[in-house]
Amino acid sequence: MSLVIDHVTKRFERFPALKGVSLEAPKGCFLALLGPSGSGKTTLLRILGGLEFADAGRIAFDDLDWLALPARERRAGFVFQQYALFRHMTVAKNIAFGLSIRPRRTRPTRAEIARRVEELLALVQLDGLGKRYPSQLSGGQRQRVALARALAIEPRLLLLDEPFGALDAKVRKDLRHWLRSLHERLGLTTVFVTHDQDEALELADLVAVLNQGRIEQIAAPAELRARPASDFVADFLGQGPAGPGIVPLRTNSRSGPTRDGWAFQAR
Amino acid sequence: MPGFGFSLGFTLFYLSAIVLVPLAALIIRPWELGWSGFWAEITQPRVLAALKLSFGASAIAAAVNSIFGLVVVWVLVRYRFPGKRIVDALVDLPFALPTAVAGIALSALYAPNGWLGAPLEQAGVKVAYTPYGVMVALIFIGLPFVVRTLQPVLSDLSRDAEEAAATLGATRMQTFRRVILPSLAPTLLTGTAMAFARAVGEYGSVIFIAGNLPMVSEITPLLIIIKLQEYDYAGAAAIGVVMLGVSFFFLFALNGLQAWIGSRR
Amino acid sequence: MKPLIRPRSATDDHPLTKIVLSAVAVVFIALFLVMPLATVFSEALAKGWEAARDALIAPDALDAIRLTLIVAAIAVPLNMVFGLAASWCVAKFDFKGKNLLVTLIDIPFSVSPVVSGLVYVLIFGLQGWLGQDLRDHGIKIIFALPGIVLATMFVTFPFVARELIPLMTDQGRDEEEAAVSLGASGWSTFRRVTLPNVKWALLYGVLLCNARAMGEFGAVSVVSGHIRGLTDTMPLHVEVLYNDYQYVGAFAVASLLAMLALVTLGLKSLLEWRFAGEIAATHKH
Repeated sequence: MSLVIDHVTKRFERFPALKGVSLEAPKGCFLALLGPSGSGKTTLLRILGGLEFADAGRIAFDDLDWLALPARERRAGFVFQQYALFRHMTVAKNIAFGLSIRPRRTRPTRAEIARRVEELLALVQLDGLGKRYPSQLSGGQRQRVALARALAIEPRLLLLDEPFGALDAKVRKDLRHWLRSLHERLGLTTVFVTHDQDEALELADLVAVLNQGRIEQIAAPAELRARPASDFVADFLGQGPAGPGIVPLRTNSRSGPTRDGWAFQAR
Repeated sequence: MPGFGFSLGFTLFYLSAIVLVPLAALIIRPWELGWSGFWAEITQPRVLAALKLSFGASAIAAAVNSIFGLVVVWVLVRYRFPGKRIVDALVDLPFALPTAVAGIALSALYAPNGWLGAPLEQAGVKVAYTPYGVMVALIFIGLPFVVRTLQPVLSDLSRDAEEAAATLGATRMQTFRRVILPSLAPTLLTGTAMAFARAVGEYGSVIFIAGNLPMVSEITPLLIIIKLQEYDYAGAAAIGVVMLGVSFFFLFALNGLQAWIGSRR
Repeated sequence: MKPLIRPRSATDDHPLTKIVLSAVAVVFIALFLVMPLATVFSEALAKGWEAARDALIAPDALDAIRLTLIVAAIAVPLNMVFGLAASWCVAKFDFKGKNLLVTLIDIPFSVSPVVSGLVYVLIFGLQGWLGQDLRDHGIKIIFALPGIVLATMFVTFPFVARELIPLMTDQGRDEEEAAVSLGASGWSTFRRVTLPNVKWALLYGVLLCNARAMGEFGAVSVVSGHIRGLTDTMPLHVEVLYNDYQYVGAFAVASLLAMLALVTLGLKSLLEWRFAGEIAATHKH
């Protein structure tokens, strides 16, 4: 077992975001964290990336005490929902960033970095766009630049936060298949967050369904479809593709935070 | 909707009467000397020395403010500490404090027997009545321009890019230098230019601490007043036109800079 | 469960960085802002409370206070009316040259105070455009109250307008159009719809305008002629006393002005905090 999450809890000022989450996933696995807004899925991903800290619990990856490492030493490629590209740098400079900031001893030569950037541009099918600025690209192109930038550091773990959230339906579908094949080609361990059950079931090897800071069920897509472990899972998988605005929250929620309140806290 | 003719008419009349016509009077005046007379007037050694001091001290003060202003903004926006609201409000003091008050206060503070002047004197540094005094006053007057220009931009700066840099392996210093600073640079430049433009024309807070020695610590605006006292209106107007030209240059340069920043977003 | 080793948040500075930067900021502000302010009050009270009070009730000081109040009482309302008229036509109507007009309104902020005074001397002074005519008719503008008022109006010219223009532009013209369509006259639309919407921003602008009007030194210094008891405003009186080596008197009058500045800052912060939504977006914190 390569990724082991053991009783991780996290409280924001007013809301418990994660109430003891445990899961295990093998190396090379494509793991989806599925759930409505406020279920804690983004918080868990950010904890994996080192952008947020768990109050308690342990995470091991590759036999490393993952939580003891600061973000910059984890080599976890993180792709943000809003891309978070560096606006004042060209596409090539964005992709090269992770390599060019390495200490001189481990930094590749200038030519080597340029070669890697070309390779990555080809990999994400953006050949020839290296000299553009992010503002000159479409949403789908920006998302692929963000991915190439994350891949440039040869990540041990690839973390994707709603990677298709800001894109329209057609582009989403195309990118989905492309991402899956990329994952297989590179042999990465990938964790991605989504609220779209179709996306999760189609892409992932393993789907963890989160609700109000707990894991309701973790299983392969087929298993999940055949034997939902709870009403919530059945409900959540049962409906058609859910847009971000129409995600149901259970009405008996104890703390009763608004969806926006959660989303705000968790970001 | 009613009221257009009246409000525009009044606006244009008042603007012309108070601002535009008087400025026109200034611009026309020195040409009674002819071009060569005008040139001779503004190239007198005393005028050149004053211009050099005004621009030099303003540039140094603006540079100091750009560095310390950035630190102040960073601390005000990013850190939490007791009394932050008060420090934040205090930053506007140079805007609110009459310049003459600031002038005599700085002068007393840096005088050889003042709270700061005495220890500096012991260390062999003379501030009051030297060009350093001019710089101190101009630093005082310029700080809020840098802080207030930068503050909203740093507050609005999204943390995403900084987080991305961290996940890519950047240290905090690398993130600051390569991600944050480039995003702030145009605004920092704007604030610094505003501080500089204000400093070049500043009078009240400077003259008390400057000592006003001709050729050494005499600023350009003071020279205008001296010319007026000698009833040399054309000479005063010639220097005034130079200063007005500098003001207009900055006004339009800053407008252009703002438009450029707007187009980058 | 064993305690977690907790690294810093990815966007948090190193604790040492925090301490050093905070210290630099605090020392810089203490040296350049707090100490000058403290000097004003400490020098004013250097010879005791009585001496400071006596300096404030000296006839020349009282004359200076009176003149300052008169000048502000004329200049501030006029600039307020101008600010309202200018923001009304800029924000509620479209016309050619609007951007140029807004830039022109801002000019006095970028002109040196001394130049602001100089322009009036060149018109109304003895050797000015109109100097001879005015002299023939016995009208005094320079070295008299009208000159001081004009110079003050010039330097405080943009304050109200620049607060109101962005706010009223943001607010658009829907409400006014609705009021007019319901039969309201232009004046009552302005008084009952527009004015209530901008009252806090107007107060904010007037507050800053007043502080500058009462504290202006450079421009007024050029046109005043420094006639004690007649054309000396408070800031000019401060200069006269200081150059006379009457430090207690100079700093006593200065501390009055400093208190005006502190009250202005307090009210300004209060407005920014309490009415953040109702003043121009640039001042929200």
